[in-house]
Amino acid sequence: MGANSSLRDKFERGLAAPICLTWELTYACNLACTHCLSSSGRRDPKELNTDEAKALIDEIAAMQIFYINIGGGEPMIRRDFFEIIEHAVNQKVGVKFSTNGTRIDAEAAKKLAAIDYLDIQISIDGADAETCDKIRGEGSYAAARLAMDHLRDANFGEFKISVVMTRDSIEQLDEFEAIAKHYGAQLRLTRLRPSGRGVDVWDELHPTQEQNRRLYKWLMERPNVLTGDSFFHLSALGDPLDGLNLCGAGRVVCLIDPIGEVYACPFVIHDEFKAGNVRDAGFNAVWTESDLFTSLREPGNPGACGSCGSYDACRGGCMAAKFFTGLEMTDPDPECVFGHGETALAAKKVMLIPKPSPDHSKRVPVSINSK
Amino acid sequence: MSLSTSVIFDASAPWSLSSQVSLRDEAFGALAYHHGNRRLVFLKSRELVAILRSLENFNSVNEAIDAVVPNEHDRYVEAVGALVKSDIICGR
Repeated sequence: MGANSSLRDKFERGLAAPICLTWELTYACNLACTHCLSSSGRRDPKELNTDEAKALIDEIAAMQIFYINIGGGEPMIRRDFFEIIEHAVNQKVGVKFSTNGTRIDAEAAKKLAAIDYLDIQISIDGADAETCDKIRGEGSYAAARLAMDHLRDANFGEFKISVVMTRDSIEQLDEFEAIAKHYGAQLRLTRLRPSGRGVDVWDELHPTQEQNRRLYKWLMERPNVLTGDSFFHLSALGDPLDGLNLCGAGRVVCLIDPIGEVYACPFVIHDEFKAGNVRDAGFNAVWTESDLFTSLREPGNPGACGSCGSYDACRGGCMAAKFFTGLEMTDPDPECVFGHGETALAAKKVMLIPKPSPDHSKRVPVSINSK
Repeated sequence: MSLSTSVIFDASAPWSLSSQVSLRDEAFGALAYHHGNRRLVFLKSRELVAILRSLENFNSVNEAIDAVVPNEHDRYVEAVGALVKSDIICGR
């Protein structure tokens, strides 16, 4: 996309409707990934019901939001999953959904292949079972690969393989590329955030400075690898990565959670970033009128980054990454490529790391084979 | 997804906004989304948006541009022509 800077300034003041709207359909999940950014596991009894979900889609269509990203939890666990996505695509609201693949058998793959305006992202967090299952649970890698096989056999077309970049997975970039090539799939890499349960594993799993530099170079050589604009903090290393290169929270991005709460972005499911609920006056009212989103659209204070020559490239980095590592919004990104984030973290004498507000984690360990 | 990279843009010919494209007005101009190839394109001026919406009423792109921004003709021929490769506009 490569938006020029004047367009980026306009995006920072907010759009009439989001470009990238994520809707977590359910907190229920049959896996328990260690880095789950929505702390999913158990279904919330207040989950939007089918009629409410459809009404929300109607509003999304009326706002001309052209596509939505559906996630969870595991969205395919909902019994009305197909009903909901069909309701969206029938009104030309494209659907891109993220899944662990466990519910994609041969029959589901055929059903999915028959739907237009549908993109699927299957998550793996390692290019082999050992690396992946360490994060996503035993059997998760095999299940995801089986789902990919089914999609290929059903002639779904080009699906996406989504990988969170950890200290381990970042060493397997070429292997992920080979897996994607094997299926004719598109590779999508995203940043590990200290959000949700990720707050507990971020310290040991987030990439090192050296790994981030390698990743930047690798991505610059592969503009076709998707990143969801997630590595814009690395753009301070040189030419900007493909994407808008800004924090879109509440400006071009937001998240609707399973019970209708609207948060500034998928990585800040926390009371401090909650703008309202779609059950009150609808989603449009939250997007256009909420105090939180209004304040996020005001010109930001560059804070400690103001004197850095690269501020224009990285804009101080990711709000969520700062918040959940205990940094202030005016501090550098904890993974600042010049190491200013590490210095800021070290300077915090008492680390008061905010815990994610709603936690739907299962209380007992789960395995993929358990009912 | 197949993009019409080989289509030659002739501003003296009649063009129109693709039937697969939706426009959403924004303060800076509009978002154009192609439901077929799923490309999202930022239209960076309201004048450009007005020209695109009126393309089908004119016998050429040149006429459509001159009805909105006669003093910036060449710049807008370039801006409209740039939308050919993402199939936002098509010949008719």
